[in-house]
Amino acid sequence: MRSFQERLAEFVERGIEIAAISVDPADVSREHAEKLGFTFAFLSDAGAEVIRRYDLFHPDAVDEGDIARPAEFLIDPNGTVRWVDLTDDYWVRTRPETVLEAFDSPS
Amino acid sequence: MGAGFLLSLLGFLVCAGAFVSYPTFFVRIPMTRDLPWASWLLFALGLGLVVVGIRRSFTPSGSRSVKIASTAFAGLSVAVLGFFLFMTEVSSRWLPVSANAPKVGAEAPDFTLPDARGGIFRLADRLGAGRWVLLIFYRGHW
Repeated sequence: MRSFQERLAEFVERGIEIAAISVDPADVSREHAEKLGFTFAFLSDAGAEVIRRYDLFHPDAVDEGDIARPAEFLIDPNGTVRWVDLTDDYWVRTRPETVLEAFDSPS
Repeated sequence: MGAGFLLSLLGFLVCAGAFVSYPTFFVRIPMTRDLPWASWLLFALGLGLVVVGIRRSFTPSGSRSVKIASTAFAGLSVAVLGFFLFMTEVSSRWLPVSANAPKVGAEAPDFTLPDARGGIFRLADRLGAGRWVLLIFYRGHW
């Protein structure tokens, strides 16, 4: 997340808006986003409805309860998914350069 | 207290530091997060110290309490490494299959959610006319 904030300008200049989604309540996300200096959108899906619709619901995760599994979707202006990352290890996360490459040279 | 005791204590502390520094520090740097080589090196250093400490403790003239203490530090160090490997290599892969997650070429399901600043975010409203969206789903509970 931090690395996306650091390279936010490169997303903005390509017309890509970043939105982060979790089950955290809006006030918790605001507090953390402000503390860490994140300026992109943080969306609160407290009931995990959207997370379920995207089939990313992770019930009873160790120490965390019901949460979302990490995942990234790049969506084009028509609403079509153009790039996806469903990591198989939550410590291993998408890097901003991977998304920018997918945007700049679509396969 | 001899060198054996101090070395095994130091080795244990290095292992504990290797454990704690991953979620608090190394995880912030993609290079040391995706493959925790820096943490592994610290564990190797810590366990190396523990091994030297044990060898120094288990001399014929060594005291029994020092032998017990250095053995305990060795056990704790191995336990900490075990926890670390479990945390970084095992439990982090316990993820749902997500077979029905939207695939490349599919339409992204529209949704409306509150954002952290008190606004409303509707996906469909953010798209169109050269405007793309990158959705980052994350575990939360910060």
